Amino acid sequence: MNFEEQAAKPLLSKAGIAVPEGRLVTTAEAAGQAARELGSVVVKAQAPTGKRGKAGGVRPAGSPAEAQAAASDILGMEIAGHRIERLLVERRAEIEKEYYAAILNDPESRSPLVLFSAMGGMDVEEAASEAPEAMRRLAFDIRSGLTAAQTGALVADLLPETQTQAVAELLVKLARVYRESDAELIEINPLAVTRGGELLALDCKLVLDDSAVKRREELAATGSPERLSGLEARGQDLGIKYIELDGNVGVMANGAGLTMTTMDVVSHYGGRPANFMEIGGEAYTKATEALELVLAHPRVKSLVVNFCGAFARTDVMTEGVIRAWEALQPKVPVFFSVHGTGDQEARALLGERLGIEPFATMDEACRAAVEAARDAGGEAAG
Amino acid sequence: MILRKHDRVLVQGITGKQGTFWTEKMQGYGTTIVGGVNPKKAGTVHCGVPVYGSAREAMTQGGFDHSVLFIPPLGVKAAALDAIEAGAKGLSILTEHIPVQDVMYVMAAARDSGARILGPNTAGQVTPGECFVGFMPAFNQAVFKTGRVGVVSRSGSLGVLVCLGLVQAGLGISAFIGIGGDPVIGTHTREAVEMLDRFEATDAVVIVGEIGGAMEEAAADYVADMEKPVAAFIAGAAAPAGKKMGHAGAIVSGGKGTYEAKRRALEEAGAVVLDTPAEIGAVVRSRLG
Repeated sequence: MNFEEQAAKPLLSKAGIAVPEGRLVTTAEAAGQAARELGSVVVKAQAPTGKRGKAGGVRPAGSPAEAQAAASDILGMEIAGHRIERLLVERRAEIEKEYYAAILNDPESRSPLVLFSAMGGMDVEEAASEAPEAMRRLAFDIRSGLTAAQTGALVADLLPETQTQAVAELLVKLARVYRESDAELIEINPLAVTRGGELLALDCKLVLDDSAVKRREELAATGSPERLSGLEARGQDLGIKYIELDGNVGVMANGAGLTMTTMDVVSHYGGRPANFMEIGGEAYTKATEALELVLAHPRVKSLVVNFCGAFARTDVMTEGVIRAWEALQPKVPVFFSVHGTGDQEARALLGERLGIEPFATMDEACRAAVEAARDAGGEAAG
Repeated sequence: MILRKHDRVLVQGITGKQGTFWTEKMQGYGTTIVGGVNPKKAGTVHCGVPVYGSAREAMTQGGFDHSVLFIPPLGVKAAALDAIEAGAKGLSILTEHIPVQDVMYVMAAARDSGARILGPNTAGQVTPGECFVGFMPAFNQAVFKTGRVGVVSRSGSLGVLVCLGLVQAGLGISAFIGIGGDPVIGTHTREAVEMLDRFEATDAVVIVGEIGGAMEEAAADYVADMEKPVAAFIAGAAAPAGKKMGHAGAIVSGGKGTYEAKRRALEEAGAVVLDTPAEIGAVVRSRLG
């Protein structure tokens, strides 16, 4: 789950990392009022995405009138698909230098990784790829956390001596925020050094681990839930991961790997999948609801059902599909491939109830579904 | 460390519905199940084996080598640490949706003790003709016929499909290692390939990968020096960038973890990479000569 800057920054200040003084506002007038209280400000669009600056969503303002004008320009803007309804108006800092700091989950070392660069700001990724040695990385043991001795050693030769200690301590605090918020990623970019020599977090990005939402309910309530289409939201309510795509071949398979592969094979034979849908794991008993979801997509012209049972029993899933098929009586043609746990029973069920024989391989089933969708015509298969 | 018939297996969460169902399947197939864990039912007998209050107790009472966990997400950290501290040599963690920081905590403990962890979010491992742990249809002869091909897969269902294709082509499986679909897992593709390469019953290795992460690229470094032939299929060629495709690890971002990068790395290492899983049997057969 992603967070807006205004939702992430309070975690930093609670941990003792300084952020600019600011006000969260929803109108241009309130932005002007905030500038009257704060002086010279920066008006910042709030959306759970980067690139707000490049999109014109971040503007400095020297007076209340300027702040109000900037705010009325930014409110209502679309940035990366997000309509801007909130602004963070922050006191403008006198910036000497910009650093980059982050803690994230690292699959390679199977531990958290702290990242620091003395070249922060807008193009940190490009800077890091041009000069990889400038981006310092340290994997650390999540049980003991980071110590200032470790972080100090990591950054010492990048920084003036007067700043090493402060940066080292900031990284330790950041690791604590990471731990206490079950973050997948927490990033400060830029981390500014003010003319007065202080460290100030000008922006903050937080991604909460979706698997930890249940035990971080208070924090999750301040986050930005993923924006879903109507069908995707219905899937979420049913506990089924459904992603709407722009093709016309409906895909129903069990397990993420097999579902992705079914989509790949549909594409390989020149078709375009209408959806991704995961009904593996615990969701495998929800085949009826899942089928309704797939068929609710208005562009679906044919359906491929590809079950391969390991944990999920193919006969249970097939039974669910048959029940839904009998109730909905859809007009689209369906093509089955069924293998693994329970496949004999599933075959028998399909023959008895739908008079259908599953294909011997998933390639044949996918190819037949692609051809059927093409024959059905209507909207272009692309 | 391929699981063998003589390895003594503990089932944490043995009394639950899935724990019971799959314990009976594992026993029926030949896995040496020596006990289970449920603190609330310690001292009872379930599926014909003693139920202990903890993995530590199981270790002191009778001993075990490997533990398989049928435990809900927020209980896994404590259960896995129990097994690791008890001295388990290996753990198979089947659970999906465990908070990643819990997983990293368990991985750090396992690193200290030397325990090998499979998963999380794995369907388990199968050594056809000997034993299996997890929820795999090992007993299905159309999928897990005994043979000479080792398979490593991030996905359970796709792994089953690939094994089926191999068996349909007249081949058989020497070992199946499900490494799991989570972003942070204990055994990476490269380590599983190494295990299969060292396993004398294996003549060829099949890698079933997925978009996201860099494990297939890392495995390619090892594959380049292998004598046994390697074939691979990578799922997710048609997946849109930036979306999590069910498995939390299957996300392409910032140009990393792409299908193209994985395919190129494996092909440069000498592996055959397939467009669809359909050809897997024929390709491996021809490589085996």
